[in-house]
Amino acid sequence: MTTAEMLELDRLREEVAQWRARFDAATKRNALFANSGHVVEPLYTALDIAGDAAAAEVPGEFPFTRGIHPTGYRGKLWTMRQFAGFGTAPETNARYKYLLSQGQTGLSVAFDFPTLMGYDSDHPRSEGEVGKCGVAISSLADMETLFEGIPLDKVSVSMTINGPAVILFAFYVAAAEKQGAVAAELRGTIQNDILKEYMAQHAWVYPIEPALRLIVDNFAWSAEHVPLWNTISISGYHIREAGATAAQELAFTLADGFTYVERGIARGLDVDDFAPRLSFFWDIHNDFFEEIAKLRAARRIWARHMRERFGAKDTRSLIMRFHSQTAGVTLTAQQPMNNIVRVAYQAMAAVLGGTQSLHTNSMDETLALPTEQAVEVALRTQQVLAYETGVPNVADPLGGSYYVEALTDKLESEAEALFTKIEEVGGVVRGLETGWLQRQISESSSRQQWEVEQRRRTIVGVNDFVTDEGELTIPLLKVGAEAEREQRSRMAAMRASRDDALVKLRLAALRDAAKTDANLMPLILDCARAYCTLYEIRAAMEEVFGAYREPVFF
Amino acid sequence: MPQSFDALIADFEAGKTAALARAISIVENHRTGYDELMTRLHPRIGRAQRLGMTGPPGAGKSTITNLIVQSLRRDNLRVGVVAVDPSSPFTGGALLGDRVRMEAVALDRGVYIRSMATRGSLGGLSARTAEVADVLDAFGFDRIIIETVGVGQTELDIARTADTTVVVLVPESGDSIQTLKAGVMEIADIFVVNKGDRPGADRLRNDIELMLGLRRGATSANIPAHHGIPLKTFNPIRIARDAARSENPEEWLPAVLGTIASKGEGIDLLLAAVDRHFRYLQTSGGLKGRRRNRLKNQVTEVVAERLRARLWEDPDTITWLDTQLDLMEAGTATPFSVADELLSRSGPLLTGVKP
Amino acid sequence: MRPIRVLVAKPGLDGHDRGAKVVAAALRDAGMEVIYTGLHQTPEMIATAAIQEDVDVVGLSILSGAHMTLIPRVLDLLRDDGREDILVTGGGIIPREDMDALEARGTGRLFGPGTPTSELVEYIHNWFEAREAQTA
Ligand SMILES: Nc1nc2c(ncn2[C@@H]2O[C@H](COP(=O)(O)OP(=O)(O)O)[C@@H](O)[C@H]2O)c(=O)[nH]1
Ligand SMILES: [Mg+2]
Repeated sequence: MTTAEMLELDRLREEVAQWRARFDAATKRNALFANSGHVVEPLYTALDIAGDAAAAEVPGEFPFTRGIHPTGYRGKLWTMRQFAGFGTAPETNARYKYLLSQGQTGLSVAFDFPTLMGYDSDHPRSEGEVGKCGVAISSLADMETLFEGIPLDKVSVSMTINGPAVILFAFYVAAAEKQGAVAAELRGTIQNDILKEYMAQHAWVYPIEPALRLIVDNFAWSAEHVPLWNTISISGYHIREAGATAAQELAFTLADGFTYVERGIARGLDVDDFAPRLSFFWDIHNDFFEEIAKLRAARRIWARHMRERFGAKDTRSLIMRFHSQTAGVTLTAQQPMNNIVRVAYQAMAAVLGGTQSLHTNSMDETLALPTEQAVEVALRTQQVLAYETGVPNVADPLGGSYYVEALTDKLESEAEALFTKIEEVGGVVRGLETGWLQRQISESSSRQQWEVEQRRRTIVGVNDFVTDEGELTIPLLKVGAEAEREQRSRMAAMRASRDDALVKLRLAALRDAAKTDANLMPLILDCARAYCTLYEIRAAMEEVFGAYREPVFF
Repeated sequence: MPQSFDALIADFEAGKTAALARAISIVENHRTGYDELMTRLHPRIGRAQRLGMTGPPGAGKSTITNLIVQSLRRDNLRVGVVAVDPSSPFTGGALLGDRVRMEAVALDRGVYIRSMATRGSLGGLSARTAEVADVLDAFGFDRIIIETVGVGQTELDIARTADTTVVVLVPESGDSIQTLKAGVMEIADIFVVNKGDRPGADRLRNDIELMLGLRRGATSANIPAHHGIPLKTFNPIRIARDAARSENPEEWLPAVLGTIASKGEGIDLLLAAVDRHFRYLQTSGGLKGRRRNRLKNQVTEVVAERLRARLWEDPDTITWLDTQLDLMEAGTATPFSVADELLSRSGPLLTGVKP
Repeated sequence: MRPIRVLVAKPGLDGHDRGAKVVAAALRDAGMEVIYTGLHQTPEMIATAAIQEDVDVVGLSILSGAHMTLIPRVLDLLRDDGREDILVTGGGIIPREDMDALEARGTGRLFGPGTPTSELVEYIHNWFEAREAQTA
């Protein structure tokens, strides 16, 4: 620092002190300004970012605080990717075609609960839940129907599935094969992030160790066969939705990411062979600047750890690509129209934070499956942001903002402190087994709940500005029992037409291989091609792996 | 749902779970008529083999219980489980989560699981748990497993009502052998060191064996040399291991076993040890002793309860006592003289014959 | 008086057990004995546990949309074992008209999302007292 610069800082320090005196003396309204529990100053100045390296950064350069592309959004806008799926495969197929015709640029599959847990639609445990909160996919036949008339080598598809992810992925690859698509051209993402299931979302199937094995099997197989496919979407979304703070979301998700990298390396994979296909998924909550800072910090932390800790050399291993979704928990059943506004602000935060793709929630999502009209408004929200506001014109437009830079640093250091804590409790897997991680989230959640009940945190229309309007004033989409009946009869037809001997053979081969160290992906794919069902494949591996039992924590 | 006892007992005898559950509630709460119920069930009690499982919270007791139940079911034995967890001393409420670990047998008709809360420090919990086990016994279960958190005297007492008591320990919970409560060492027929996948499990096993071996060595040292063990080759761990494997009808030295319950490992050996201990009890007469002891305890409890009820629910007694307060205040009587006098004037009341 | 015994169960395949856990803790803090059975319970598992544990109340938390299938089945199974006296209550994302239909079918009151736990505690206390007064 030159003498002139130091004098300049001294002058600033003087001025800030004077301002602080005036600020302290003034009367101020009585409100709480700390959202995630940390203190927010009323003013940030150059003093707060003195000596900050990020100020000297440009987008597209290590450590990528300011974005992964040198061109920002001028090169390519984010992908508008609305999560959708309900009822049966033919119904969802129609919805996809509609969304594509409306200018949506990628598909995102929501599966129903039975599918998420690895149960077929005709399994007794699925009763009453088939197609309720997503689409039911129980075999390759359903997957073929889901994408009928949608060329899989042209559209990028994201699939939210974790416990049985590898099985649904095999259905997808087999469906693409049947369309005649070249595997090497498939683009998309499979969520496949089991660690956050144990932590927050609870759609697990197998115990932790075999589940991690399947994920690494998928890393290895995909690097060779579907090089453009994102093998995992390491997700903070559900951790945040379960009540974590922004810093916890950031730290726990990245720690999950590091765990997967460690497992891949332990298998003998070259980090640069699989790390480029790891992607992330963030929740975009209400605290506007904190969310932007979180995304900036996430990129920087990932790049640093990948290079310094894991020795990655390929730039593609260092850059964090991510999807974002506006926070479902912030939506309210009361005055549901307000949700449109919340979503719009959150979407803007995601874009200012440099997201690669975005799902904007529909206003009625807390109440039921979104109606077509609500989905359309949500998509239009993104289009207004992209084409009318001018926000995407400049890369990282908040870079250099005293507040945003200071907050980015702060979140980074909070995350690093949490990494140390996780190390102390023995790492992520151990932290899950002992429940340490789950307890951290649950404590944050209880605190926020308490703040809302005490009205320390305002939620418009819920604990303030309340009207006594009726419970709902918007139409809701309902999936009736017909979907379940229809899906069951489709399954019966599929079961009747397949080659049972082949099914048995393939399942036995998979079961045997599960007892060895073999990569199971090709065997699962063979099962998929033979029209073995989701549950049959799940059960074959479960015989060897066992089932996960949650530790109970309150 | 008021239900006559006869109907309840008929349903109970017909093997209806709802009736069993009801009967247990009546016994647990000592609701009116509980003694009549226990009397009716008495002839059917005494067949079941009772296993107590105790140890610190999170040691894996429920996980092990679940595995034991599964294994017993493969032999077609019917199993009743009583899982006791502490009540909150402040609110009296309790969160009972043991069923979560036993989901694999949740729908098995040959298995019955009952969660119980300790309900504060009211005495008689161990007697009450033993009575609940009696009801399960009368219902026809072959095996009864009683799981309690081994943290206080009450829980140790509960464990002691079993035929065989298994103490489950884990390397991580700081139960290094030094901190083990003396009571725990005393009650264990079998030690299980669970979580063998965690560091420190082998050490803990060695420590326990060392302690058991030393203790056994100490008793042997008092025996004339040709019966005892030459001190030069004295190896306490070896002694403990050998003794734990032997089928000596004269003596039982607790077996020390390792398990990894989360992977189902070590359960077969544990069950074999339980069987061996039961055989030992049968041949040594210990079983008879334990059961007679249970009966004796039960009588003690019942007497205490009846005395309390008969005396303090009698209005005359209370009125008389009130008249004594002035005397005690004046110093002409003491609480002890009043107590003696109260007992002697209550003879007919205590024997149940109203004057 | 003896503590009220409540089974808190989470039927359905969704993993949202926060509500169930918050309710379980609140009931415990209100002095009840709460038997908690974890996620992903079938109606059969719930009814079996309720009967074995001889509970007074079953509290269900449902968010998967399957309430019209799962709750009536729990009621039927309890009735099959002669335990229609057990109060079946709970809550979750259940549309008003479905709540009405279920209450007509024999459940106790059902609560929407965001209901303070104190309301449920009070409801159970009142129900229990009324029932004890009746049977006494
Ligand atoms: N690593 C490991 N964990 C275990 C083992 N046995 C049980 N656990 C876990 O320890 C926790 C507590 O088990 P639980 O049976 O409920 O313990 P209890 O409180 O003694 O009944 C659960 O999360 C189990 O999955 C084991 O052998 N190894
Ligand atoms: Mg337990």
